[in-house]
Amino acid sequence: MQTPSSDTPRLAIRGIRKVYPAIVANDGIDLTVMPGEIHAVLGENGAGKSTLMKVIYGVIRPDEGELIWEGQSVTIPNPAQARELGIGMVFQHFSLFETLSVVQNVALAIPGEFDLAALSLRIEEVSQRYGLPVDPRRMVHALSVGERQRVEIIRCLLQNPRLLILDEPTSVLTPQAVRKLFETLRQLASEGVSILYISHKLDEIQELCHTATVLRNGKVTGSCTPSQESPKTMARMMIGEDLPAYSHGETGHEGEVRLRIVNLCQPTEDPFGTTLKNINLEVRSGEIVGIAGVSGNGQQELLKAISGEEPLADNRVIEMCGIQVGHLNPGKRRALGMCFVPEERLGRGAVPRLTLTENILLTAYRKGMLLGGLIRFGVAKRFAEDCIKRFDVRCGGANSEAKSLSGGNLQKFIVGREIMQDPKVLVLAQPTWGVDVGASSFIRQSLLDLRESGTAVLVISEELEELFEICDRLVVIAKGTLSPSKATTETGVEEIGIWMSGMWPDAEKSGEAPHVA
Amino acid sequence: MWLKFEQRPEPSKTMSYVSPILAVALMFLSGLLLFVVLGKSPVEGFKVFFLNPLKDSYGIAELFLKATPLMLCAVGLSVGFKANVWNIGAEGQLLIGALVGGGIALHFEHTSSAILLPAMVVAGALGGMAWAAIPAFLRTRFNANEILTSLMLVYVAELVVSWLVHGPWMDPDGFNFPQTKLLSPEATLPILLTGTRVNAALLLAIGALLVGWIFMNKSFMGYQMKVAGQAEHAGRYAGFSAKRSVWIGMLAGGAMAGIAGIAEVSGPVGQITEHISPGYGFAAMIVAFVGRLNPIGIFFSSLLMALLYMGGEQAQQYLALPSSISKVFQGMLLFFLLGSDVFINFRPRFIRRRK
Repeated sequence: MQTPSSDTPRLAIRGIRKVYPAIVANDGIDLTVMPGEIHAVLGENGAGKSTLMKVIYGVIRPDEGELIWEGQSVTIPNPAQARELGIGMVFQHFSLFETLSVVQNVALAIPGEFDLAALSLRIEEVSQRYGLPVDPRRMVHALSVGERQRVEIIRCLLQNPRLLILDEPTSVLTPQAVRKLFETLRQLASEGVSILYISHKLDEIQELCHTATVLRNGKVTGSCTPSQESPKTMARMMIGEDLPAYSHGETGHEGEVRLRIVNLCQPTEDPFGTTLKNINLEVRSGEIVGIAGVSGNGQQELLKAISGEEPLADNRVIEMCGIQVGHLNPGKRRALGMCFVPEERLGRGAVPRLTLTENILLTAYRKGMLLGGLIRFGVAKRFAEDCIKRFDVRCGGANSEAKSLSGGNLQKFIVGREIMQDPKVLVLAQPTWGVDVGASSFIRQSLLDLRESGTAVLVISEELEELFEICDRLVVIAKGTLSPSKATTETGVEEIGIWMSGMWPDAEKSGEAPHVA
Repeated sequence: MWLKFEQRPEPSKTMSYVSPILAVALMFLSGLLLFVVLGKSPVEGFKVFFLNPLKDSYGIAELFLKATPLMLCAVGLSVGFKANVWNIGAEGQLLIGALVGGGIALHFEHTSSAILLPAMVVAGALGGMAWAAIPAFLRTRFNANEILTSLMLVYVAELVVSWLVHGPWMDPDGFNFPQTKLLSPEATLPILLTGTRVNAALLLAIGALLVGWIFMNKSFMGYQMKVAGQAEHAGRYAGFSAKRSVWIGMLAGGAMAGIAGIAEVSGPVGQITEHISPGYGFAAMIVAFVGRLNPIGIFFSSLLMALLYMGGEQAQQYLALPSSISKVFQGMLLFFLLGSDVFINFRPRFIRRRK
């Protein structure tokens, strides 16, 4: 790897502090980026990475501290000012108008005269130079997530930034697309652009970055040269302890089919939604099946169909333990023994302003918590206390409001609530998204234990690493269709990555041939 | 120095109770100012408006009499409000309840059956529910906004009442006044305290508050409605029916308003006229919010609202102020409540201006 040359840092920040009413998000952070350096900012969710980047980009004003841009102390009151200095940022959640074309979206962010034809040419030029293929005339809603990210990057590059900030850029990409992105970033760095690369994925940082600053609880806990570290040592800096290991137990004693989806076709009413085409899937007792895929390929729609939030026209397409449930609403499907952990924790999986005891009632009320239409709060409270204890939920007790819990603890609570109902089928969406490493490993281990006890588990996740860690079989969802399934042991990240772009064998002939492996 | 409102990490429980008290205090203060501006002595005005109505036991009985329909309407409405079902049409449901219940009394004019009164109350409730069912149906079937439809139905109900008392139901011996015959003694609610007008409807209202409290705090259906109101997606995820919440919310409001209506007709009013309710159905919304959608709070806030009604009458008599003065006070109360409620989620902070 090349080393940056010039002596003056592109950006140096000194003692940045930002306090919110409830937490100290950044506490005395120092960081230096040289020209042409790819600098990783590493940390778990909630470590303060995003806050720091927003300070640099002028979205948030720090309470204390100094920003030194190319040797000069500056204040950055707003993003426009940041762009003027030469700072560009690609956010984790894209800020594009879906109903406009690529060039129109770019034009909105570029100062100067409004000439779409000339701008289109410039977009094509940049896109060729940096290997970011995108057609300026296409509408954004028709683009894949990866393409949208390219639009965001091109939009930054058109302003000739000298510092580019990328916030978790790979979370929406296939492994192949990640590699292409890295090539682009290396090319930019070689031209002298500094890059701040925010991530919690250690392998990526090792592959890409020259230096790394590690944050934990709003403080810098270390800086290192990733190529000289192992993932283990970096993980220790990031989480303060070693990465967890899992006990998998025995595989291969799957029982009867608990959940069966037969030729599910579901047109979407949302113009930007995904139509489900000919989906076939079986999940057996005692196995964990994972559905991989880039977000926005029909995961939401499939989940709604399975959970019953969108009752289906055809009763036969979904079977649970041999009973056709396509017409049933979520409550009735739950009564048959199906449990769910949704992606959204606050607001869907739990009601923010209700206590944990009251949140237990949300789905576990069938466990003897009702009597003649009235609530037996004692029973619910004992269930909540039990759940808090068994699933190591750190909170102020069963009377704390759900919103007072951290993301990881609330997720443990929700997973615990669903598991403690002894489900026959458990469906989870993004079970560890945004959850710290400790809680993630606890949740994954709980799922492995649940599999041992004979539950059929279906996990929909965008984190390939997670799926490979816990699943027995994998399928891929792409453009609303499902790939054949493969045993996890007989495939790899490479193959699943290719499938994630919709290219599996016989992709045209839709539908799963059960148990290809 | 700048005054900045900073979001609290958690909504303040204390402030949610302090806020209505603050609103009442501010209403008093601005009321006094208003008297000054109108050229009245504020001390005299305060006395006439807030103390005179309560100076004897008859006045206190009147206070409870006027609070009764407010309690009924407010507790019914708050069941819906908790689930984000915005029934603005309690006034119309009250009128239709009065019509249906009163219609029974007029039709069975010569009965002395003991079931006449209970039948009237039930009919009143059903009438109110039927009127509330229209917006509920439109909302659940066509997703029509219940705020608009329920409000519009108030005016329809007013016109229906007006037509009946000017036409088919007009008392033939009533010198052409737009009113029906007086209800027979058998169709009149029993007086609780001799020498006053306070009647059995007060017991119904207190019963309704009790049932409302149990429903909202102890029943699973009440819990489901709370979830629907606070986090719609969570309700859908759990499999609670959103339509059922709308129906229950609307029908509870309609039933209680209907009972309030028939209680007025077979109580203090004694017949059906165009003036059964001085806007109880609308004032009850303020009562519900000042009472924090909590039946215990509603008990007290309905007494306060009743006092505003009585003070308005007194001010009209002794201070020569227009009767709409009580509406002004109602408006101020709601205005200050909404203002004070900001402090539940935000706290004020003085910060030094930064260059």
